[in-house]
Amino acid sequence: MSEVLRAEQLCRYYSVPQGFTKPKAVVRALNGVSFNLQAGQTLAIVGESGCGKSTLARALTLIETPSAGELWIDGKPIDFTHKPSAELRRTIQIVFQNPYGSLNPRQTIQQMLDEPLLLNTTMSKSERRQAVATMLERVGLRPEYAERYPHMFSGGQRQRIAIARALMLKPQIVVLDEPVSALDLSVRAQILNLLTELQQELGLAYVFISHDLSVVERIADQVLVMYFGRVVEYAPKTTIFARPQHPYTQALFSATPQARVGEKRERIHLQGEPPSPLKPPSGCAFNPRCRFTQTICKDELPELRNLEGSQVACHLAPIG
Amino acid sequence: MSLLSVRNLSVAFPTQNGWFQAVEGINLTVNPNEILAIVGESGSGKSVAMLALMNLLPPQARITCDELVLDGKNLLQLTATERRRLNGGTVAMIFQEPMTSLNPCFTVGYQIDEAVKTHVGGGRKERKEQVLSLLESVGIPDPARRYDAYPHQMSGGMSQRAMIAMALAGQPKLLIADEPTTALDVTVQAQILELLLKLQQQFQMGLILITHDMGVVAETAQQVVVQYAGQQVEKNSAYELFNHPHHPYTAALLSALPERALPTGLLPTIPGLVPGQHNRPQGCLFAPRCAYQQARCQTEVPALAQQQQGWIRCFYPLETETML
Repeated sequence: MSEVLRAEQLCRYYSVPQGFTKPKAVVRALNGVSFNLQAGQTLAIVGESGCGKSTLARALTLIETPSAGELWIDGKPIDFTHKPSAELRRTIQIVFQNPYGSLNPRQTIQQMLDEPLLLNTTMSKSERRQAVATMLERVGLRPEYAERYPHMFSGGQRQRIAIARALMLKPQIVVLDEPVSALDLSVRAQILNLLTELQQELGLAYVFISHDLSVVERIADQVLVMYFGRVVEYAPKTTIFARPQHPYTQALFSATPQARVGEKRERIHLQGEPPSPLKPPSGCAFNPRCRFTQTICKDELPELRNLEGSQVACHLAPIG
Repeated sequence: MSLLSVRNLSVAFPTQNGWFQAVEGINLTVNPNEILAIVGESGSGKSVAMLALMNLLPPQARITCDELVLDGKNLLQLTATERRRLNGGTVAMIFQEPMTSLNPCFTVGYQIDEAVKTHVGGGRKERKEQVLSLLESVGIPDPARRYDAYPHQMSGGMSQRAMIAMALAGQPKLLIADEPTTALDVTVQAQILELLLKLQQQFQMGLILITHDMGVVAETAQQVVVQYAGQQVEKNSAYELFNHPHHPYTAALLSALPERALPTGLLPTIPGLVPGQHNRPQGCLFAPRCAYQQARCQTEVPALAQQQQGWIRCFYPLETETML
């Protein structure tokens, strides 16, 4: 297996105006995230809102330039001082969360799927038309839908179109930013199956961003848990679901409701809410909500370290 | 006696192509101190049914109902003004988006005080004390400071807590929570659900929880109603419903959940889409997507009938043995 994506200490800072007389504050939306991804594998990124999941997606797809850190796509280091080449952008594509917002209402499906080919390839008009029809069929839509507009489709169908658009240029990596969270239950399973089939058929690598752990357990090979812009735990799926090491991961897993009645589970109650990005807590960002907090947690920032097959950023692990 | 009893509630909206039946023949009974969950996908009429109950639908909606009794009062005989007075008093509602249901121009304390003023009354000082104790009971730290906070200064979880405080102001006997945690993060969702359950116990309220999240239902509700395309398809206790679903739709929905499916291979799916206004099937609304459909399902409409396993709208309910 070949490594298609690698990130080293990726950071993205934003400066936020605080008012007329005050100096600008810095929000560290992404703070030193490292991982690697093999072809045909799925990396799930899990975390609550504001933890930097989507910022990471934008940095990986070269929509935003990271403030620091390095990125390799398909073994090639990315030079952020220059505009990324079209060829590079073709390798990595993105599917957004809300299919009601990500499709242009004034374009037909044909125009939408044709555009990447028009800009990036030298295919003739009839070849492109053929490619669009093939792709529509591949994602489970009828080829004659190409002449329709997005408003004529349901949420699930729109998400299929968004997936088709991302795949038009035969990328190696697809970033899926909460691809099923806006969809209904019965449709969600259809889209998840489609993603699984496409991955097996085309050997795609997925970066799957989600807050739904049941979906992650189904689809991921590796899981990266983020809190407040940092990685708190990074491990193979089976390892992390069998034994979550970080107190935040443990709390997150236990807070997720399970559709089973009659099974009593131990609930870990998290106090409070994620901290404000403008006033980060000292030491470990999770310390104000953690049930094990000790003095060292408030003083020192925990580094990621190896522990029983996982990487955990916690001074006290293994714990709980 | 039951707290709420609804029989044959239907709601239709006028469209350019005739009436659209959003809710069709809903029956509900909620006992005091009971938690009833209504589950369904979007467009299944869960919210519309509850808004009809509160009389909050736009005037062009056509609402028909055989019986609507809340806390011993027959709502069908009351005038709009009299029903308006019950809202916030006897029955209160919490909405999905806490950030948009609070008015951004007024402080949280002012908005809760409004509810107290309308339903409880009292002097300014007493009311302020009442608001502060409400804020405290929903777990808002430092209520005195939060009293003067504007909604934009609070997080989503805090705003939802303030909404709950507002709903509790009139000491309701029935609380309707319409997707109260959908917009919130998982860890905050767990806090809010726990708070709702605690308050429900404390004030002995009936609670109707509208949601599309099967996990939330399994962990909170006692009774569950499953809706599909405006109809109730199954009504049962939570234990029975999750362990032995009898309607094919319920069974298919549950098996499509990633956490309940087999760990490898593809997820079981429900083919097709929910019928819209123009492609409503003649017989059972679920028939075109049903794996167990027979000739009769396409021509005859099944009624929601009490069978030995619970209330099911199906000619051929699944037996317990056929389930995985």
